[in-house]
Amino acid sequence: MPLFNLKINGSRHTVDVDPGTPLLWALRDHLELVGTKYGCGIAQCGACTVHVDGAATRACAMPVSAVGERAVTTIEGLSANGDHPVQRAWLQHDVAQCGYCQAGQIMTAAALLNTNPQPSDAEIESAMNGNICRCGTYLRIKAAIRTAAGSA
Amino acid sequence: MTLVRTSLDRRNFLKSSAMAGGGLIIGFSWLAGCESAREDAAHIPDEWFDINAYLKISTSGAVTIRSPNPEFGQNVKTSMPMILAEELDIDWQSVIVEQAPFNTAMFDRQFTGGSQGIRRAWPALRMAGAAARQMLREAAAQAWQVPVAEITTQAGKLHHAASGNSAGYGVMASAAAGIAVPQEVELKQVRDFGIIGSSRRNVEGENIVTGRPLFAADFNREGMLIAMVVHAPAFGMTLKSVDDSAARQMPGIRDVFTIRTLEHDYARNGFDVDAFPDLVAVVGETTWQVMNARQALQIEWQAFADHMQTWDARGTPQQRLVPAGLENTTDHARQLRAAVAAPATERRRDGDPEAAFSRAAVVIERSYSAPFLAHNPMEPISCFAHVTADKAELAGPIQAPELIEQTLAARLRMPIENIDIRMTRMGGGFGRRAYGHYLVEAALISQRANAPVKLLYTREDDMTFGVYRPMYRASYRAALDANNNLIAFHVKAGGIPSSPLGNSANRFPAGAVENFLAEQWEIESNITTGAFRAPGSNFMASAEQSFLDEVAEAAGKDPIEFRLELLRRAKENPVGTNNDYEADRYAGVLELVREKSGWGQETADVHRGVSAYFCHNTYVAHVLDMALEDGRPSVQRVCCAIDCGIVINPDAATNMAEGAIVDGVGNALYGSMTFKDGVPERNNFNNYRMIRMREAPKAIDVHFVHNEIDPTGLGEPPFPPTFAAVANALYKATGKRYYDQPYLGDQRTT
Repeated sequence: MPLFNLKINGSRHTVDVDPGTPLLWALRDHLELVGTKYGCGIAQCGACTVHVDGAATRACAMPVSAVGERAVTTIEGLSANGDHPVQRAWLQHDVAQCGYCQAGQIMTAAALLNTNPQPSDAEIESAMNGNICRCGTYLRIKAAIRTAAGSA
Repeated sequence: MTLVRTSLDRRNFLKSSAMAGGGLIIGFSWLAGCESAREDAAHIPDEWFDINAYLKISTSGAVTIRSPNPEFGQNVKTSMPMILAEELDIDWQSVIVEQAPFNTAMFDRQFTGGSQGIRRAWPALRMAGAAARQMLREAAAQAWQVPVAEITTQAGKLHHAASGNSAGYGVMASAAAGIAVPQEVELKQVRDFGIIGSSRRNVEGENIVTGRPLFAADFNREGMLIAMVVHAPAFGMTLKSVDDSAARQMPGIRDVFTIRTLEHDYARNGFDVDAFPDLVAVVGETTWQVMNARQALQIEWQAFADHMQTWDARGTPQQRLVPAGLENTTDHARQLRAAVAAPATERRRDGDPEAAFSRAAVVIERSYSAPFLAHNPMEPISCFAHVTADKAELAGPIQAPELIEQTLAARLRMPIENIDIRMTRMGGGFGRRAYGHYLVEAALISQRANAPVKLLYTREDDMTFGVYRPMYRASYRAALDANNNLIAFHVKAGGIPSSPLGNSANRFPAGAVENFLAEQWEIESNITTGAFRAPGSNFMASAEQSFLDEVAEAAGKDPIEFRLELLRRAKENPVGTNNDYEADRYAGVLELVREKSGWGQETADVHRGVSAYFCHNTYVAHVLDMALEDGRPSVQRVCCAIDCGIVINPDAATNMAEGAIVDGVGNALYGSMTFKDGVPERNNFNNYRMIRMREAPKAIDVHFVHNEIDPTGLGEPPFPPTFAAVANALYKATGKRYYDQPYLGDQRTT
């Protein structure tokens, strides 16, 4: 199997996998970065969202061979001490119920605020519509994004 | 002061010594190299003393509370320790929470379901905290040679005013651990609560937002292999043959074999659902390799014949038919409609319903239906297992560990004490994870592969495996006299394969109507079903509360006032004696929601629907505001009133109610599982419509009734009344009544 050298959370990692292996499984099975979750495998739920060169990307649908030199950020690398404004806002609003989807929600929200620091409600809904929360914490997610936008 | 005899079995306290061991228990290591253990350890002082099964205190005064029940997002891991901390009288900041081990000797009812967690654990948690506080006071009394009655506590400190002595709990922890468990304990008055009733953040919050490993899917172990299973593509089919020659040659694949989760003659308990007992298992090094190898399997399936399964009906084995056939949703709908006209089993009768209907001025008759639903928790099924010759170790998301442990013991032919189940945080459950067949699957695969394995389902595996909410239909009749009084009420409800009436025949409006009839019927099926967030109740509420809206309209009455009139009747002059609700509390939530929603101030653009229901010991009423945006329905606001007695953690309770309402709106409008020739037609989120942020209510206001009644549950109760609030608001918005769920199907809303 070929070797892929990936830039993840600021460090270089080498994985020896089939080129078609989704980034999600390289992270989870080979690099012990399990904060990125599997939810659907077809880019429909957002649980696996990471940043690739800053853009929210579904890791379940991106083969390792397509990552190249681009920088990957996972929830573990979003901040050094869990103190990214979005993470802080999530705690302030006590968003999570089961918590399984929340890493993906946070990564999508952080990418949104990177490109649009003051999103309208409609822009938040549009950016977050690809992330399913089965527990139904959508109102708190929206409120937390507004808070993070205010504090950024 | 309230004195309560300690009804806790002494074993609850004494058995705790078994886990004292080295005196330090830290959560087991999820991942080699995971930093959490090291960081947590830095905060943990050297010496801990087990006071009882639920808590230990360190010499520095830190308190570790073991939360007994499985956590799937209902936040018991925070709220249960809050109850104990309240009675122990400590500073919440000094509390460390751990998931308790699954141990039936130490803890009672480690089960998550039926909205009973808080309600059933309330006395034990209070007594565990109060007993520990009492033991600390006695230790201090002995140390200071003063009467125990003079020792007071405050936020983790012991005081004796007369002598001026004072000490933290940590100082007395060692002595307290040796004090006999008190026969009676003193419980706080509700008015003195400081932790209960104040919002405390989720104890797992930091771990969740930083992506720490919390779930079974995140589990890792040296030498662990990944396993996946393949089940029959259709209900009504079973395995015929497997050609695994190509799959075995694929990279990383260690083994391919078949397993049978339960033998046909095994006496199944209520949670032993095995839709597909014969499975093909693929075991390999990584998830992607195993996923690819599955594609290379050549499997032949065949239709099965009618056969019997054995079920354990409270100790008596009972045979149940599993009918042959590849079923279709179109046939199901026809069967349900036919059953409505057929004879049924009577569950309750008051007065003379037939006579009342024949003399009525107006008879209203309506019928309601709902489809099968898949639970679709965000974490697909996953489970770790390591089975060796003499023991089985499992770590998985399980709502009912006690029952599956019995099944595992029987299936592995292993004494129950050799089986260790760790309850991992569940990525959602909604009833699905009461059915722990996947623990059996993982254990059998580990046993056969002779290795630790992590079983993973894909989303498609998860969604097509069964254990759905049943498909339902109910018909209702109401008779009004010439003065628009409701004089007769008839409900006839059934489903595939079980009736939603269940234990709700004595619920409102039974007791409020002179002539009342409740009947049920059932249609056999080979599609497996199970509990789904207020099983049965979620449909009964949707149908009954939609129907009452229509009856109120026919009677020319305001829908809230109409319900309150019936509740006054039930209170003042109840019909029958076996009425499963308190009319005052039911009316209370309707009155509260009427006030808080500003009911009666309807505007031209906002269309309001009301609904209320009592189930799982909690009363809930909703007023839902619907607007049409470019002709498409959009939920603007839901005002919700809840009476669940004392609220432990108000913000978390509000979160639960918000989630249940969003879930209710989603399933009312879009939720549906359908079948063609036994094949589930929806298998992932591209074709199974889930509610998303844009479709969620724009605002939800949750109001709790304040009282001092012992707490009841919240996981389920706000969910059932949501459906009819949606239907009744849709009617106001569109002029059309909605009888069949999902109300909008695959239509887009906003």
